[in-house]
Amino acid sequence: MSAAAAPALEFDRVSRDFIAPGGETYRAVDDLSFAIEPGAFVALVGPSGCGKSTVLNMAAGLLAPSSGRVRVDGVELAGLNRHATYMFQQDALLPWKTIRDNVALGLTLSGVARQESRARVDSWLERVGLSAFASHYPAQLSGGMRKRAAMAQNWIIDRGMLLMDEPFSALDVHTRQRMESELLALWEARDASAKKTVVFVTHDLEEAIALADDVIVLSAGPASRMVARHAVPLERPRDLFELRTSAAFVDLYKSIWSVLREEVRKVELRA
Amino acid sequence: MKERAFVLFSQIALGALVVALWQAGASAGLLDPFFFSRPTDIARRIATWIATGSLWRHLLVTIEESLLGLVIGAAIGITLGFWLARSPFVARVLDPYIKMLNAIPRVVLAPLFLLWFGLGIWSKVALAVTLVFFVMFFNTYQGVRDADRVLIDNVRMLGATPRQLTRHVLIPSALTWIFSSLQTSLGFAMVGAVVGEYLGAARGLGYVISQAEGTFDTTGVFAGMTVLAIVVVIVSAGVTRLERWLLRWKAA
Repeated sequence: MSAAAAPALEFDRVSRDFIAPGGETYRAVDDLSFAIEPGAFVALVGPSGCGKSTVLNMAAGLLAPSSGRVRVDGVELAGLNRHATYMFQQDALLPWKTIRDNVALGLTLSGVARQESRARVDSWLERVGLSAFASHYPAQLSGGMRKRAAMAQNWIIDRGMLLMDEPFSALDVHTRQRMESELLALWEARDASAKKTVVFVTHDLEEAIALADDVIVLSAGPASRMVARHAVPLERPRDLFELRTSAAFVDLYKSIWSVLREEVRKVELRA
Repeated sequence: MKERAFVLFSQIALGALVVALWQAGASAGLLDPFFFSRPTDIARRIATWIATGSLWRHLLVTIEESLLGLVIGAAIGITLGFWLARSPFVARVLDPYIKMLNAIPRVVLAPLFLLWFGLGIWSKVALAVTLVFFVMFFNTYQGVRDADRVLIDNVRMLGATPRQLTRHVLIPSALTWIFSSLQTSLGFAMVGAVVGEYLGAARGLGYVISQAEGTFDTTGVFAGMTVLAIVVVIVSAGVTRLERWLLRWKAA
């Protein structure tokens, strides 16, 4: 198989166990297989506690599978996924660095000199609307601004894959919709050949459909598996403010929700 | 701003009130000056010390010992704290010993240090080190262990080597804890130095106080304590400003 034809990310019968504090084994993810084509935007949805973050951490190489294989561009992943950056649900900016230094961090770490990175950092600060806040510290910014800085921090090193773990879930609903639009604008701006592969974890089906090309539904945990995979044939570029009320969107929502609803209900019954 | 001025005013007023009551009590014969001295006598004594230059001679020795104790104690404490935080096995092996050592009252070590390091400044520095070390050690250890998992993962994903991880995340994370304990550490360093001097020295504020006690000179004792208190207030104000600057990235 040539590298070009290989999926950007592939899970091949992946399971992951954890040892609970009591000593017994807890299976978070069970026999999960899926493939994501290069340049695709895929959302992983599932009820809370279904192991979505575990899946993403395995894709990042932060966690190793207990069995099965994770392949990136056709090569089995060992250690960290160097083709990906990761946007976390929590704030991951270094609080002791200014916004400028945080955005530049990936470049600094790979040894790019300050003067050389300056122009790139400036252009990214401008693109996410934070030029005026370059020398502020993260604690001085609003939640939405911190997310924008995190987005710039991830995009500036320009890896082929972007892993996102409920990145906007802590934001209020309006800020959140604006961030989703900004993310799509960044992503859709690239030519088809240079598009990033995005794996977007969320518990919000609306957000998943609005953003993604493909929605993968995971079952309720423990031993979470894939229960469905739906294509989202909505046109791009998308206008997120209009999209949510369109008939096509509502139909998709209904059909995927009918699957997801069962999984959410299982969690409720257990609780 | 207005409130701050009012607090400062109240602080000064409270101090002045205590001193005034003390002075009045001594004049009225309620407080025997032999046991309690008098604020005016104490002030006069300090003025004499300043005039003869003996104050600076003793004070500089005490400050020198404290600073050496602080620097050496911090260096050892931070190094060891870092190492143990990164090596859980060693940390578990050493844990009971560290607790045992920390439980020793430092005063009982003073005679040993006098024997080992002599009557000069180093026995006092050693005593200060034993106090500062533990504060620094525990704070560094906690700071490194407490480093936010998400920050570590994020920096690793952005391409950090283990060395860069230490430099950009673990050290700054521990520094917050270390700076927050600077105030305590500095106080401990001075306590170590003064207690050391008190128990055996030829110079320093602790020596001055113990000499005065030896001759039932309560004015000398209070004068020594007053100088010490003033120095601590000035130094701690400086540390507060330094801390505020170093931790300026924290939410206001």
